[in-house]
Amino acid sequence: MKINFLMKKRLYFLAIFLVLVVISIGSMSMTQFSIAKCFASIPKAIQWGFGNFYPAGDSFARLPEILLKLQETLLISIAAASVAAIFALFFALMGSRITKVNNFLATLSRFIANVFRNIDVSIWALVLLFSFGQSSLTGYFALFVASFGFLTRAFMETIDEVGSDTAEALRATGANYFSIVFQAIIPMSVSQLISWVLFMIETNIRAATLVGILTGSGIGFLFDLYYKKMDYHASSLVVLSLVVSILLIEQISNYVRRAML
Amino acid sequence: MKTLLQFKNVSKHYDKKTVALSDVSFSVNEGELVSIIGPSGAGKSTLLRCINRLIDATSGEIIFEDKDVLQIKNKSKMRALRTKIGMIFQNYNLVERLSVFENVLHGRLGYKSALVGALGFYSEEEKQQAIKILQSLGLDEQIYKRCDQLSGGQKQRVGIARALIQEPRVLLADEPIASLDPSSSKVIMDQLKKICSTLGITVLVNLHQLDVALNYSDRVIGISKGRVVYDGDPASLTDDHIQQIYGSDREALNLVVREPKEVAQKI
Amino acid sequence: MAVDNQARSTLINGGGPSFQKERIKLRLMSKSRLAIRLTMLALAILTVVGFLTFDYRDVHLLKGIMSTFANFKTIFAQPQLAHFSLSEAIYQLLVTLSLGVLTTLIGAIIALFLGIFAAENLSNKKVSNVIKGFVALIRAVPTVLWVLIFAVSAGLGSVAAVIGMSFHSISYLTKAYSESFEELDAGTIEALEGCGASWWQIVCQAVLPSSLTSLISWTFIRFEINFGVSVAMGAAAGAGGIGYDMFMDSAFYYNLHEMGVITYLILVVAMLLEFMSLKIKNKVRS
Ligand SMILES: Nc1ncnc2c1ncn2[C@@H]1O[C@H](COP(=O)(O)OP(=O)(O)O)[C@@H](O)[C@H]1O
Ligand SMILES: [Mg+2]
Repeated sequence: MKINFLMKKRLYFLAIFLVLVVISIGSMSMTQFSIAKCFASIPKAIQWGFGNFYPAGDSFARLPEILLKLQETLLISIAAASVAAIFALFFALMGSRITKVNNFLATLSRFIANVFRNIDVSIWALVLLFSFGQSSLTGYFALFVASFGFLTRAFMETIDEVGSDTAEALRATGANYFSIVFQAIIPMSVSQLISWVLFMIETNIRAATLVGILTGSGIGFLFDLYYKKMDYHASSLVVLSLVVSILLIEQISNYVRRAML
Repeated sequence: MKTLLQFKNVSKHYDKKTVALSDVSFSVNEGELVSIIGPSGAGKSTLLRCINRLIDATSGEIIFEDKDVLQIKNKSKMRALRTKIGMIFQNYNLVERLSVFENVLHGRLGYKSALVGALGFYSEEEKQQAIKILQSLGLDEQIYKRCDQLSGGQKQRVGIARALIQEPRVLLADEPIASLDPSSSKVIMDQLKKICSTLGITVLVNLHQLDVALNYSDRVIGISKGRVVYDGDPASLTDDHIQQIYGSDREALNLVVREPKEVAQKI
Repeated sequence: MAVDNQARSTLINGGGPSFQKERIKLRLMSKSRLAIRLTMLALAILTVVGFLTFDYRDVHLLKGIMSTFANFKTIFAQPQLAHFSLSEAIYQLLVTLSLGVLTTLIGAIIALFLGIFAAENLSNKKVSNVIKGFVALIRAVPTVLWVLIFAVSAGLGSVAAVIGMSFHSISYLTKAYSESFEELDAGTIEALEGCGASWWQIVCQAVLPSSLTSLISWTFIRFEINFGVSVAMGAAAGAGGIGYDMFMDSAFYYNLHEMGVITYLILVVAMLLEFMSLKIKNKVRS
């Protein structure tokens, strides 16, 4: 009996393992990925990286230019997340099962947030390129739309998780809708909501690089420029400045999160 | 004694299969402390929430102050009804991040317009009143503490204060001591008793523990599977009744069977 | 009693000397309230500064927004293929999906080992901190940069894309896995240690089985993310697939109608993945 059970379990795992192997092989052939080439290129890449991909020589002369674009990227990321948060809060309140006004609006706002979230930021960037060209606004709106989709879902889940008991209590006192939202739901969830916004800013900075490469703006554009000119010292300086600012922002966010508790 | 609240053939179906209340009838006099007992899932929470319309009963009449609450359609009338009914909860349901003071004042929100309530503006009289109530509950030291720094018993007292500042005619308590240790439970039940006897506020309390119900209440309503199976004096509750309320729920019976008679005689 | 009275009068007077006149405060300022206020203020100021300093390049904001809405309408209301057939588009979609599968699997396998050593309760603090720090560093570099950096020596294409994307998957999953392991009850591990079980036995017999569901759930969430990333890498870093088609439509053909078809295809897959991931998450919770 017991042996039988163990056998079954092993067979089950074997089956899953085989399925995964088949899927991997299928994926490799679809993407024309070769393991041999992969293993050959990793040491080569590392060797190349240590040989070329570090800031040196006159790349430091580019620092002011890089910092200027970095500042712009940071501000775009923050502005996109902050403004998106205002809209997201509204849609989350409409869509949350606790604070919804009626089922139609709830379904509608969930649907809108769903569409916005599930279309990747790169696609938004490519669409917005038509109207805003190579200005900062392309990046701003692409990040705004992606942030809006993500934050709406995150806010909605936070409100659902945190608010139901207190909302019930205030409803029982006869409090009206706005009192319940501003006296119970918002105070209960505000620190978590801000925490999501901080997370969104971090995500946006990474995405801004991608959007910049696609649309020719911000720090991504600068990286692309140096990269295509094969000025690897300068492009490594871009990467370094990004890493430093992302790690710094992570630290600040963690500090703020703890302080808000 | 004047009748304050009356259930007439009230039923509640959540969906076709779950019948939470079926044909419930009873009445409650002004100034009474009534315990509603029964195993979990019997429909106790549903019953209380039907009174202040947090849940809408499917059929029947619930007469409160000579009016059928189920007929109320108008939003402001509904809010007016709720201001007259205080409620406290098993999990206290406080806004944990706000101060004790703010949580108590939330009990006044039912009297305020949308804007004033949303901004949280309270008059000085209301604040004085809140302080007075907090003092009477022994919470004056905690007034500016955040609610997440309080013990369970203190949180429940804040919940009571929030309900009292509504100046309610009836207080609904849904398992108020289920999350508390025995000594805090005693404090809370003593407070409810005091509220009932000195302020004349009618108290309906859902309880899981039979001995507490027998100890404190003027009357016991036993429900099982959504039906009222006992309605009367705590003293005349017999083993048969208990068997009927709790069925073969052995755990509850073990809790109870020890000495229900003795407890009953103590009152 | 005296103390009591004093406390009461301070409360009523709000601590001030005037009697019964001053408004009673609702709350005292606390560190957390201050932190929330300051954070919101800082975000508001930075947002305004951002809007004042953006590089607008003579783009008219309102006109741009209006034309964006018109473009949305074209995309969603009039999708139409032009340069390739639907079956080709679906094939490219599968390529993108495959890239997501492959990088998630590679990420999961490597992250499993790293995650075990990064979990403080299974490893020691030093090793754990080193791995966690390393992984955080990897995550700080945007995926697209990893791909482009590898592309210099491996050439633009699937190899660079897989390696670059795997880096982020490894980093993300190592963090997630190690946190799942750390949630494990300390008592279970101790009990098995008491039985004389070896470290590997504990990992294989207790740790992995009991956190399996949460590992699967995290892996699926990463798969969802990787699908989006592989669309983006197709568009920005030569990884091919549907993202590349989207890029060509936007940058060279200016064909919003075809972008509409692609958007719909991506949306359907993404929603399907989200739905599956939600199902798995719910199953894990119960
Ligand atoms: N929101 C709801 N939706 C569907 N069924 C519910 C809901 N709330 C309670 N029920 C069901 O109604 C019955 C009575 O529940 P409840 O009033 O909470 O009982 P008690 O408070 O006595 O434990 C239970 O069978 C419960 O599963
Ligand atoms: Mg209940």
